[in-house]
Amino acid sequence: MRTASDYIEMNVPAKPDYVGVVRLTISGLANRMGFAFDEIEDIKIAVSEAVTNVVNHAYTEGEQGQVRIGCNIHDDRMEITVVDQGQSFDVESISKDLGPVDGKSVDQLHEGGLGLFLIDTLMDKVEISSEAGVVVMMTKYLHRDEVEEHVDRISPAPSQ
Amino acid sequence: MNLQINQDQINETFELQLTGEVDAYTAPKLKEVMLPLTETEGNIIIVDLSGIEYMDSTGLGIFVGALKSSKANNSSLKLRGMTERVKRIFEITGLTEVMDIESGVKGEAL
Repeated sequence: MRTASDYIEMNVPAKPDYVGVVRLTISGLANRMGFAFDEIEDIKIAVSEAVTNVVNHAYTEGEQGQVRIGCNIHDDRMEITVVDQGQSFDVESISKDLGPVDGKSVDQLHEGGLGLFLIDTLMDKVEISSEAGVVVMMTKYLHRDEVEEHVDRISPAPSQ
Repeated sequence: MNLQINQDQINETFELQLTGEVDAYTAPKLKEVMLPLTETEGNIIIVDLSGIEYMDSTGLGIFVGALKSSKANNSSLKLRGMTERVKRIFEITGLTEVMDIESGVKGEAL
């Protein structure tokens, strides 16, 4: 029996060149977990948006920053955390500062509207903190038969 | 993880056939090809998206920029051949309302 989640972390330069690498890695993990095709595509976009936000906004010209992507794999869900500071971070302590995306203006987060909107729409749960850099934590639930439904919207089964 | 752009021209009509992925890495290439075409009055730019396997908001931003440019310069921009996935992203963001999108979505992109 597995109680603790598996944790995978990537730390890549905040450059457009690496957005696709992160996307493919997360896609592989989601596929491994048994997500449906459409759900994997949703996760790919959400992760790319979060990483792209860091690439475009987190660091000033000439500053070589990193973006850290953490992925917690639970039995019923995937939790992805995207952090825009090169410093080491403690997910436990950061989690306390996270709140729902509602009520936070885009200006506060200095991020583009469409990207954040897509993340919020495509993932089941999104939390954002801008205390020390920007932290985006997003969750997608696995819709297995034995798992209770956590969301109000369920993707239709792909027609074969 | 790349984007291929094939361009055909008949008079003022330009057709761009896109294959691959449009993200933060490949979007500048698309902008570089598409935007100048929209800046000449009377140009008709048709973008075929049937070979697009992935697109996110960076790609959408390029199309919004090209649309604005076409309105400002009296050219026209049409999108066609969207797969269900790409169409969904345009729908979610409300861009289907403002873009000229040819109906008859191709589902068999692969």
